[in-house]
Formats: sequence, C-alpha cells, structure tokens
Amino acid sequence: MKLPIYLDNHATTPLDPRVLEAMQPYLTTEFGNAASRNHVFGWKAEAAVEKARKQIAELIGASDKEIVFTSGATESDNLAIKGVLEFYRSKGDHVITVKTEHKAVLDTCKRLERQRADTVEDYRRLRLSELAGTPLRPEQVADYAKKFDLEKDEVFQRWMQFIPSGARVTYLGVKPDGRIDLDELRNAITDRTVLVSVMLANNEIGVIQPVKEIGQICREKGVLFHCDAVQGVGKIPFNVEEAKVDLASISAHKMYGPKGVGALYVRRKPRVRIAPLIDGGGHERGMRSGTLNVAAIVGFGKAAEIARQEMEEEAARTLRLREKLRSYIQQNLDMTVVNGSLEHRLPGNLNISFSYVEGEALMMAIKDVAVSSGSACTSASLEPSYVLRALGVEEDMAHSSIRFGIGRFNTEEEIDYVARLIVEKVKKLREMSPLYEMAKEGIDLKSVAWVAH
Amino acid sequence: MAYSEKVIDHYENPRNVGTLDKDDPNVGTGLVGAPACGDVMRLQLKINDDGVIEDAKFKTFGCGSAIASSSLVTEWVKGKTVESALAISNKDVARELALPPVKIHCSVLAEDAIKAAIADFKRKREARAAKTTG
Repeated sequence: MKLPIYLDNHATTPLDPRVLEAMQPYLTTEFGNAASRNHVFGWKAEAAVEKARKQIAELIGASDKEIVFTSGATESDNLAIKGVLEFYRSKGDHVITVKTEHKAVLDTCKRLERQRADTVEDYRRLRLSELAGTPLRPEQVADYAKKFDLEKDEVFQRWMQFIPSGARVTYLGVKPDGRIDLDELRNAITDRTVLVSVMLANNEIGVIQPVKEIGQICREKGVLFHCDAVQGVGKIPFNVEEAKVDLASISAHKMYGPKGVGALYVRRKPRVRIAPLIDGGGHERGMRSGTLNVAAIVGFGKAAEIARQEMEEEAARTLRLREKLRSYIQQNLDMTVVNGSLEHRLPGNLNISFSYVEGEALMMAIKDVAVSSGSACTSASLEPSYVLRALGVEEDMAHSSIRFGIGRFNTEEEIDYVARLIVEKVKKLREMSPLYEMAKEGIDLKSVAWVAH
Repeated sequence: MAYSEKVIDHYENPRNVGTLDKDDPNVGTGLVGAPACGDVMRLQLKINDDGVIEDAKFKTFGCGSAIASSSLVTEWVKGKTVESALAISNKDVARELALPPVKIHCSVLAEDAIKAAIADFKRKREARAAKTTG
C-alpha cells in the first residue's frame, strides 16, 4: 500500500489509464481542429468528438445532439441558468433552487438577483426623476423617495411587472436528511417561474435528491428543470428521460476523465432554448462558441463509456468499502454523527462529524490521507460548511466534520488503514479536547457562557 | 495550507497536555473561545505564593495552529512570574510559530487564555483574602 492515500474523490478523481490511452493520439498526431471542414485532420478530430458525444449521451439516456461541450460543470451551470433566464425572459423571471446547491449554481443565482436589484434601482431613479422634473443623481434618490410614494405610483408599478435583467430567486431549505420537501417545491412555483435547479447528488454529503419526482412536478407545472448532475453521473443511474430533466450539467474530471471539460445536456424534445454566454464561431450549434478541446472531449467520452459499463459493479464495491469504514468508525468511537441521509446517498460518500474534535486538526493528524472538512479553518470564508448548516447541523459539529470520498482506485487495504488511523487520532485529539472532558463530566456545553470571538 | 515546522512539532508532540485541579486555590483556569467558532482553549496555571508559575497544562479544541499556540504558551509561562507571563503577546506567539494571517486569531486566543487563567487565580486569591479578613 502506498502513501498518501487519496480519499477526496468528490473534489476530483484520478485519470483512468484507459482514458489517458484514448486521449494520447489527440494530444500528438491527431491535432486537428474539429471545425476544419475541408481536410482529413479536421474530419478525424470531428469524428472523435462525435464519438465522444454519443458515449456521453448514452450514459445519461440522451441523444448525442443534446450534448453541448463546455469547459466544465461550473460553465454548464452558468450557461443553463443564465441562458434559460435570458431566453425565456418574456415568460418569467423567477428561479427556484436549493440552499445546499454547489456555488456554481448559488453564486450564479446571487448575481442574477443583484442584477435585478440594480435594474430596479435604475428604474426607481428614472421614475423619481420624471416625477421631480429633473434628472436625479443616485444620492438624491432617498430624499425624493420620501416625497413621491412609488408603491402607489401606477407607472412605476407597471414597470416593476417586467424587469428586463436578472431574476428573483427562491432558495429552498432541506430536511435534516438533506433532501428537499417536494410540497415546498410545488408551492414555491409561481406563474413567473421559469426554472427549477436542483442537484442530483450533493458534493459534500453525497445526498441524492428525488430528481424523478422533481422532474414530474416541473413537467406538470410547465417549468424547466436543470439538474447539476456532476457528482452523481457515472456513480448512480441517471436518465434524463426518467428524471424528465431539461438541462443537466456534467463534468469529466469527477468520473475519471480529464479536467477542463464538461457538458450541458439541453433537451430537444420538447425543445429547450438557451442564450449563449460565449459568442464566436458558432460551435456547439451556437450555444457555446470556441474551438473544441478535442483530446479532453475524447477522454470525457471514454470515461463515460467506462462509467456506464462498470457503474453497477463499482457502486457495489465502493458502497461496501464505505460501509466498512463507517461501521468500524462508529463501532470504535462514541459521539459521531453521519451528516445527511445514509439511505439516499452516493455509494462512495461518507460525511461524518466527530464531536469535540476540530476537522482541520484531524486532517492534520491524518496527513497521509487526503480528505476534506466542513470546518471553517479549511475554507477561505471562515464560515463552516453552508451545506451542513442548511441541514441544521450545529456550528461546532460542522467544524468537526470530515468528508471521505471513496472512488474507483481505492483498495480495501487503504480503507482498513484509514479506519484504524481515524479512530486512533480522534481518540488522541479528544484526550486533548477540553470539550470532550467537559462532556464526559456531564457538563452541558450549551449552558456554558462562551465568549465568541 | 502548509504549516510551519514549529506548528507541526507542537501539534505532533504537544507539551503539557492535561488537567490541574481547578478547585486548588493555587490554580487559575482560563477557558476562552467558543465551540461554534471552532476553537476553545483551556489553560491552567499553578501559581505559588511568590507569584511564580510552577506548572501549566492545556487542553484545546481547535485546528493545528490553535493546539500549537496553546502548547507553546505552556512552555513559555512555566517558571515565569505572573507579571512577565502577562507580558506575552499574541504577536510573540504568531512570530514564533510563523502563523499565516488567517491563523492570527489562534495566537490571540492563546494570549487571552493566559490573561483569563491569571484573572481566575487573582479572583480566587481575593475571595480567600476576603474570607480570612472577614
């Protein structure tokens, strides 16, 4: 067994050697531009891209014409949300998403909200200027808003009916198990809703959302359904027809393919339209211009093919390893909590909080094992994981969480080693923890008057 | 994030981990930080009648830098008088451990822990003095 051990397969996965082999010619001899229509170099590149498109489509039950290549899932999420909003503006401007989504979705939504707020502000100043009979500077708006009540101004209220940029966003909460409440989703949909964006599986806690039910609700209500399927595709069955998904984001490097390439599935029947984010040569049927990253796309295709063929076996194997790790930890340590549903969870994911031990300290103690933590200390924001907070996990328990991501290349020997190591180190850190000592003495830590800093 | 060698040394071989009797009149206990913030430090100092720190023990819930900061101050305060222990500043701790800016609060916590432990000791002393005179 070799150290260090990689158990962070939600962050990225190693390239499968078979994928590398498939890519190699396209990094050397087959260097053509897939958009070159008039010579054999271009034809070969195009044929390779089209083969990959089919392989990826097949993995998710789509047609190859529905696959748009992007630079990765962050771009796919941006393209789906901004693209739909822009194209369907006349239909509405309301988006529904979930608090536990990936930042690629949440920050895209935040920008749309900000854009809308800025536009409303511009309109307010414009209308107040009209009423005042003179152009107002931004700093004069507050004063004039007191003079003229725009809430009762018919013209302004009519303008508010159609804001030409940005969006209104509803962020659904989740139940303690990490799944959304379907009734809450149903009730959140209004006649101005154009898009619902819910992930297939969460990147931190691996919890799988009821996408089939969500797709059904969206179809009934006539709103589009975008699914950030990055963590789930290739790990668990995902079929765009069964889930009635209209748009889905996928990434190659989460399924043993190369980094820097992703795809957006865009439904053709019934046809879903999006406005592009990137204009240029009109590649990808105008939805995403830019010369195709042929070698990476070939690797993506191969990764998708392998995933489709080996998914069942691999899922069973990673689940067995995950359960081995979990049961060893929970049998040998008290006061541990698995975050999120164990039943509706990716087979390779274990997110667990070790009470009274801080996550980063634990990561340091197991420095030959690559994992990740919901502790604030490991993030730039100094806030503990927003995903765990959305589940209702207390802050101290969020600080104590570790995410294990078991993947294709992990061995049983590695899992046994990690399980023993974790138990040993948690015990050691607890011996050093004043909180563990206090808890053992029966002191209710919630009753202590802590001085936050 | 890469840790300095000194942080790793203190983290892997923490000095003076443990518990002193908090009811001992010569022991001052400082408990600073909050679980919700991800770090809690408990520093205990045993101070003799000459005002010299004879022993120091800590327990810390927190990241590697927080553990290293508390371990370091236990080493530093031992043998010092209360006055010179109070002169230890977070900057000294941060410099010694080469803490990056995001970890400065760990050194602040260590300084606060010294002050809190000594304040607790003084409170006990005053309470006892009040009892004997009263």
